[in-house]
Amino acid sequence: MKKLIFFLLVLIQFQLVAAAEVNIYSARKEALIKPLLDQFTTETGIAVNIVTGKADTLLKRLEVEGRNTPADLLLTVDVARLIRAKEKGLFQQIDSDLLNKVIPENYRDDDKQWFGLSLRSRVIIYAPDRVNESDLDSYIDLADKKWANRICVRSSSNVYNQSLVAAMIANYGLEKAERWATGLVNNFARSPKGGDRDQIKAVAAGVCDVALINNYYLAGMLESSQKNEVAAANKIKLFWPNQDGRGAHMNVSGAGILKPAKHKKEAIQLLEFLVSDYAQQWYADTNHEYSINSAIESSSILKSWGKFKADKLNLGLLGKHNTDAVLLMDRVGWK
Amino acid sequence: MLATRAAQALPNAQAFKSSLFKFTKWNTALVFLSLLFSIPLAVVFGSLFFPEYEVWEHLRATVLTDYIANSLALLVGVGFFSLLFGVIPAWMVTMYRFPLSRQLEWALLLPMSMPAYIIAYSYTGALDVAGPFQTMLREFTGWQYRDYWFPEIRSLGGAIAMLSLVLYPYIYLLARAAFIEQSVCVLEVSRTLGCNTVNAFRRVALPLARPAIMVGLSLVLMETLADYGTVQYFGVSAFTTGIFRTWFGLGNSLAAAQLSALLLIFVAVFLYLEKRSRKQARYHHTSNRYSSLMQQKLSKGHGLIALTICAAPMVFGFIIPVSLLINWALDTYSEVLGKDFYLLLFHSLLLAFVTSLLALAIALFMAYSNRNNKSLLNRIMVRFVSMGYAIPGTVIAVGVLIPFAWFDNSLDTLLMENLNISSGLLISGTVFTLVFAYLVRFLAVSINTVEAALVKIKPVMDEVAKTTGMRAGTIVKRIHMPMMRGSLLTALLLVFVDVLKELPATLILRPFNFNTLAVRTYELANEELLADAAVPALAIVMAGIIPVIIISNSISHSRPGHE
Repeated sequence: MKKLIFFLLVLIQFQLVAAAEVNIYSARKEALIKPLLDQFTTETGIAVNIVTGKADTLLKRLEVEGRNTPADLLLTVDVARLIRAKEKGLFQQIDSDLLNKVIPENYRDDDKQWFGLSLRSRVIIYAPDRVNESDLDSYIDLADKKWANRICVRSSSNVYNQSLVAAMIANYGLEKAERWATGLVNNFARSPKGGDRDQIKAVAAGVCDVALINNYYLAGMLESSQKNEVAAANKIKLFWPNQDGRGAHMNVSGAGILKPAKHKKEAIQLLEFLVSDYAQQWYADTNHEYSINSAIESSSILKSWGKFKADKLNLGLLGKHNTDAVLLMDRVGWK
Repeated sequence: MLATRAAQALPNAQAFKSSLFKFTKWNTALVFLSLLFSIPLAVVFGSLFFPEYEVWEHLRATVLTDYIANSLALLVGVGFFSLLFGVIPAWMVTMYRFPLSRQLEWALLLPMSMPAYIIAYSYTGALDVAGPFQTMLREFTGWQYRDYWFPEIRSLGGAIAMLSLVLYPYIYLLARAAFIEQSVCVLEVSRTLGCNTVNAFRRVALPLARPAIMVGLSLVLMETLADYGTVQYFGVSAFTTGIFRTWFGLGNSLAAAQLSALLLIFVAVFLYLEKRSRKQARYHHTSNRYSSLMQQKLSKGHGLIALTICAAPMVFGFIIPVSLLINWALDTYSEVLGKDFYLLLFHSLLLAFVTSLLALAIALFMAYSNRNNKSLLNRIMVRFVSMGYAIPGTVIAVGVLIPFAWFDNSLDTLLMENLNISSGLLISGTVFTLVFAYLVRFLAVSINTVEAALVKIKPVMDEVAKTTGMRAGTIVKRIHMPMMRGSLLTALLLVFVDVLKELPATLILRPFNFNTLAVRTYELANEELLADAAVPALAIVMAGIIPVIIISNSISHSRPGHE
């Protein structure tokens, strides 16, 4: 028994030794963030520990671990989960002049609980040999009968689709959004399957003529080491939707600092590093995301798609309408 | 005839021992262990006490019928095909000699090392409309996509095919072990009674092997119900898709847990019906006299037919997908291999090794307690614990997270209040939690396998041994162990390979900076970087092959009397 108590005390002591480190729960895949974290460690000497996983399971883990959670920071790849974390009271308010200065207002939380770190847009792609660019217009237009049996999009279980529908609800109201989704689903060329790259390949292979995807997937395929991916990506073109209206739908990858964070100072340091020019350039060059800092130069592929008008919708609304979006998609039969 | 006598003898013995509960050291330990491993399942069931009417009303009105219909179709389809792929080759390689039959004995097990989501990725990569095969077809013929018909791989049918191809080895393994263990006497007697080989199979060997085959089948069906990776990737709205949609999409983890509880109830009913359907029939080894099994040599024509039948599941479930993976891996291995990669391999193997040993030890303990004391409570508890296999790993993981974190936080509060020391999270987020979750999920495999082996040892044998003055320990060591060796190794192998392949619980519960091969594969494949995912995927398969071969070998030699 004495030994056991001794062992426990050693364990506890071990935990008390707080080295300079920061602990992250990340919904962003390790390969897509690790190089940045390594750079941060090199620059500051602060070690970074990371567990990756699906956003909602990480949220659950944070919830049940409660005030003793070892995590300081939560990274996600979509705004809906940031807001879900905020609603569950997991984040704390962070006052950083730097973050407030660099990040535009609509890409960060009004209550300073979460911050967007990189931008992506959900765009339309099309097969130029079967679709005239002039026939394309907006998301709303995709519900038109002229697209019957011509559209590919992935499952409604995917959060990017949920956020798009949430944006439609926020912009046009529930009723109009539901009518739109009904029309869209009627125009599906096939039952939703696969990821965004699969939709690109499907358009290239002639299964459908247009598809909805996140822009960086197309860029990733264009510079893939696989010849067939490059070939498929070269067969299709990108179209910026809603340019005469509200602009293209935007989403962020972002982060928030957790309430029980034991390394708050280091976590803020990391957040500030992630919006630094170095990190923002990395996001742009490596993963072809748009920088939250407009001064940063886009990758050459992004540049080739030209400038576009982004929807200025406050992203907080995407989280607010997420559940409504899923319920709506269930009702209209978007699998 | 011996079989009938044994069957008659048993119910009496059982009735004699049957009671609700008996206080002994063993029983108390059993209850403690069962309760411990029941906690996560209890958490899932607990959700039923907090009804979420609104969500349920929505689900019922929109998607629930779809979930149920698709899951049932999956169960029927996967059940049928894995029986077909499992039982027939098992009988053929045991009873006949034909070209490559010796090699097929172990090769038929190989698809077991292939995670379902990986075979799904590889076939999709090759056969999908945008894959090389159909692209070539279009280029060669000048056809457009709509000009020809090609089976859609990402469909309900495709999901059935994928799952059957990697799950049939469970049935094959257990069926073959059962066929091997059968006494030749029975088969010879059946022949003297006028059975031809087909009849001997249908009327004697198959019924005798039924408990083993049913164990295999229930494992296959439970794994099918718990599968998420494949159905999600194929866009099939099965019950698990529903669970995760409700959780991730609607943000309602309570309703998701209730869906899981429903799944559990379904499994419980199925297991009960299966048990009841063979309640009267008990199967024991009828004789200790084994002579070597005479394999019948097939003529050339028949031999080729047998070869085709037996090789098909292995070729489609292993050779083809592995070739596809190798093809991709050749492009990418130089970037993926490295120090970091060997660490992944080490983590995966270590977890698999530790968990499989623990699972075997616990299964042996539970199976023996159950055999020595057939009280109702014992039986119910062991059954309950072995239901974890049908629950998706993510749900199990949450069932582990909640009580463990509660324990850690309570301990921390206690220490803070009394000693002003914070213990933080002691066990949450450690490898210990992870292994515990694996055990909850995979105990079913080892318990079922060990029980199926133990049930075949006639209680009469123990009685006889006792009259010669043997003590219980000696009986186990000198009589039971040699008879069960093959099954015990099987139990070990199944859990080992299952842990290697396990993804969702690992993803949620692992400590900081701790990755496994399955996690790495998933992260790359989920970004649709199939070529990069091929290397870690191949590593899972290769790491799984070695134990598969070793153990298959030992089963071939497990026939009592076999030298």
